[in-house]
Amino acid sequence: MVKTLYFAGLREALGSAGEEITLGPGVADIAGLRAQLAARGEPWAALARTRNLRAAVNQRMVDDTATVKDGDEVAFFPPVTGG
Amino acid sequence: MMSVSVMSEVSAVSVQSEAFDVGAEIAHITAGRKTVGAVASFVGLVRDGDGPEDVKLTAMTLEHYPGMTEAALEDIVAQAKARWQLQGVRVIHRTGRLAPGDAIVLVIAASAHRGDAFAACEFIMDFLKTRAPFWKKEETRDGSRWVEAKDADDAAAGRWQV
Repeated sequence: MVKTLYFAGLREALGSAGEEITLGPGVADIAGLRAQLAARGEPWAALARTRNLRAAVNQRMVDDTATVKDGDEVAFFPPVTGG
Repeated sequence: MMSVSVMSEVSAVSVQSEAFDVGAEIAHITAGRKTVGAVASFVGLVRDGDGPEDVKLTAMTLEHYPGMTEAALEDIVAQAKARWQLQGVRVIHRTGRLAPGDAIVLVIAASAHRGDAFAACEFIMDFLKTRAPFWKKEETRDGSRWVEAKDADDAAAGRWQV
């Protein structure tokens, strides 16, 4: 299981702030997890088509090739706009 | 032989809904520290639109990622301390619903000389805007919308790369 979190506009689009999910067969990185979630269809397909979507694993910003494994906290969110 | 004293340094980051007192924060960072010769501070405010195409803002709500936001700010402060001679750094970022004119963010950098204080203050703001997980949602009479990230902010952060 991994804990996912969704923030800001993505959270609203998905209608979810996060969930506990089981990684699909062979899913071992951010790109794989995005594809797994996007395969649910709308509105989750946004995870595949949103090019500038950011991700963090265990609260560190990562790119699509970052490893994801059981027990991780994985967050997806739009580019940040603080300050 | 000259003796070298180890300079104590203070640094702290806070993510909070409450307003902050700039004067009190500066007083705290310099209290009892005679080696501080320069304090640079930056305050970011919620700005209302002033151009003809701007829609009047009624409020702005800031969302963040509890835990990661604080860690990201700590990391940015650590990078600043590695680059410049700093004796104190303070970062406060507010969250929740704010009105035009409200202060959102405070960065204070204290150093022996102004060059390091100015540079660190600007570096921390440029990195905060592109690395710290905060998101702004604007409310206007016509509805609300999430603020889009600006390419200019990425460019501002990018100029610090060597």
